[in-house]
Amino acid sequence: MAKVAELQKFKGTRGQIRRQRVERIGAIIISLVLALWMLVNIIEAPSQFAQVAILGLRNGLLYAFIALGYTLVYGIIELINFAHGDLFMLSAVFSSFFITVWFNQDASNPAGWLTFILCLFAVMVFGAVINVLIERLAYRRLRHAPRLAPLITAVGMSFLLNFIGLKWNGSTPRQWPTVIPNFDIYVAGVRINMVTIMLFLVGIPLLLGLNYIVTKTKNGKAMRATAQDRDAAALMGINVNKTIAFTFAIGGAMAGAAGLFYQQAVGTTNYNLGFQLGLIAFTSAVLGGIGNLWGAVVGAMLIGFIQGLNDGLPIAFGQQWSQSVVFTILIIILVFKPAGLLGKVTTEKV
Amino acid sequence: MTSLLEVKNIEVAYGKIVAVKDVSLTVNEGEIVTLIGSNGAGKSTTLRTISGLLKPKSGEITFKGDRIDGTPGHEIVGLGICHAPEGRRIFQRMSVRENLELGAFLRNDKAGVDSDMDRVLDLFPRLKERIEQRAGTMSGGEQQMLAVSRALMGSPKLLLLDEPSMGLAPVLVEMIFDTISKIRQQGTTILLIEQNAMAALEVADRAYVLESGKVKLSGKAADLRKNDEITKAYLGH
Ligand SMILES: Nc1ncnc2c1ncn2[C@@H]1O[C@H](COP(=O)(O)OP(=O)(O)OP(=O)(O)O)[C@@H](O)[C@H]1O
Ligand SMILES: [Mg+2]
Repeated sequence: MAKVAELQKFKGTRGQIRRQRVERIGAIIISLVLALWMLVNIIEAPSQFAQVAILGLRNGLLYAFIALGYTLVYGIIELINFAHGDLFMLSAVFSSFFITVWFNQDASNPAGWLTFILCLFAVMVFGAVINVLIERLAYRRLRHAPRLAPLITAVGMSFLLNFIGLKWNGSTPRQWPTVIPNFDIYVAGVRINMVTIMLFLVGIPLLLGLNYIVTKTKNGKAMRATAQDRDAAALMGINVNKTIAFTFAIGGAMAGAAGLFYQQAVGTTNYNLGFQLGLIAFTSAVLGGIGNLWGAVVGAMLIGFIQGLNDGLPIAFGQQWSQSVVFTILIIILVFKPAGLLGKVTTEKV
Repeated sequence: MTSLLEVKNIEVAYGKIVAVKDVSLTVNEGEIVTLIGSNGAGKSTTLRTISGLLKPKSGEITFKGDRIDGTPGHEIVGLGICHAPEGRRIFQRMSVRENLELGAFLRNDKAGVDSDMDRVLDLFPRLKERIEQRAGTMSGGEQQMLAVSRALMGSPKLLLLDEPSMGLAPVLVEMIFDTISKIRQQGTTILLIEQNAMAALEVADRAYVLESGKVKLSGKAADLRKNDEITKAYLGH
């Protein structure tokens, strides 16, 4: 009887149990420190806290749209697509030219709003097409090559897109006007910019749409099956090449949307944007558990949030430490929970 | 009887390693044909070539009189050839139901899919109890039932089974073989690979014995059961 009881209580080997304990203690300490820090700031400057928190979440939403592309592609062909950040940068430049140069809009009025909507469609198609072309021309033929080959190709692709960005945008940052409502409103004394509200109004339905595609549609099922076992998927009648291309298309479309959001929210484009934001987005994907869709969103919102607080609160490291804070988070996660926040809990991995 | 599947002198290689040197076989409508042979003889490779996962270097495969070698795997399913591969290869992170639905991925006849779902759940009541369970958390035997059911969900004319009894307890092996006979009675032709040669020869009409990528022997299953060479080499008498 004693033996049976012991067996039922078995939770893993001694090493696993120790690891779980370290994980739990680490999580509690980190949460406590974070909570304390936020509490002090909330008491010190409540409306400022709300303000920077909202700004942080807005940046988090932006990161999420980029992070999804990393996580989708990794989920299906286990490739870290280094060119993805640069695709985002090109999308931001595309949006700028589309709205300001080709459609000649520079103010928030009905014509500007219409152009914004048009641009959203156009830039998503733009991102999707380029991402599919990259997969078709560069990665597909390396699918059975040793892992390092596609990885190095991805780095090469990143340089190529970066160069196109340099030629298109120029070597210095460029300023662009915003065409969506860009004024501040006050909710209970907290200042919120309309651009932020617009981004959430457009961004959240897009995320829900993506979730619907992946979980409910035939293409989404094909994606999940291909991610798990390519040969078995083919035996079900799933066209694996088409499904992988479709995944790149969706990831590219999301990066396209992120490009437009960034361009409208920040108003500046630069050819090396892809490197900075790509790195943060990739970190978000790892933080959430790479390959996991909602993990990428949660990871990105969390990083945006903490980064926002750090940059804008009175008691914090301050903006010059922004990047260091992001990567400290990454290192802590990799030490305590290498699979990422949602890496184990969720069953769905695309 | 008309021949449903015809494999003529195929040669299949993985890079430089030639796994199948010269295999020819015929499967007639309504038959159970078994492919036996020792490990590495090229049985699975032959099946993977029929279902389009591999392309033969030479030779021909015809199904219902049409050439199908070189047709990509995902199109072969649509022609009516479904393959339950070696090692089950079910989608571990999906539910039993989702796995079965994927088996019917190309079908648009909702009524037919529903009735096939009922049919396989009748064949394997165990799956019915576990329909919402995550496939990867089921026992090996249950996963094997799922692999066979998933292939049946494609409504195959020809069902390819690669070692469906692998790793199962004797009771379950018997149950799987009973089910194979039942599937044939319901009108599906079967090409079966088995390590368990005795059981395979009992359920099958005809058999091919593969050795080092070549057909060494073939004939009626009943005759092969009495063949001294076979009993010595594969049946362990
Ligand atoms: N992916 C592969 N790459 C290289 N060689 C392979 C591959 N798959 C199989 N082979 C080789 O091809 C030969 C035939 O393999 P196959 O899987 O067809 O054998 P089998 O008859 O099904 O054996 P078993 O009864 O063990 O399943 C073996 O020598 C094997 O090593
Ligand atoms: Mg085999």
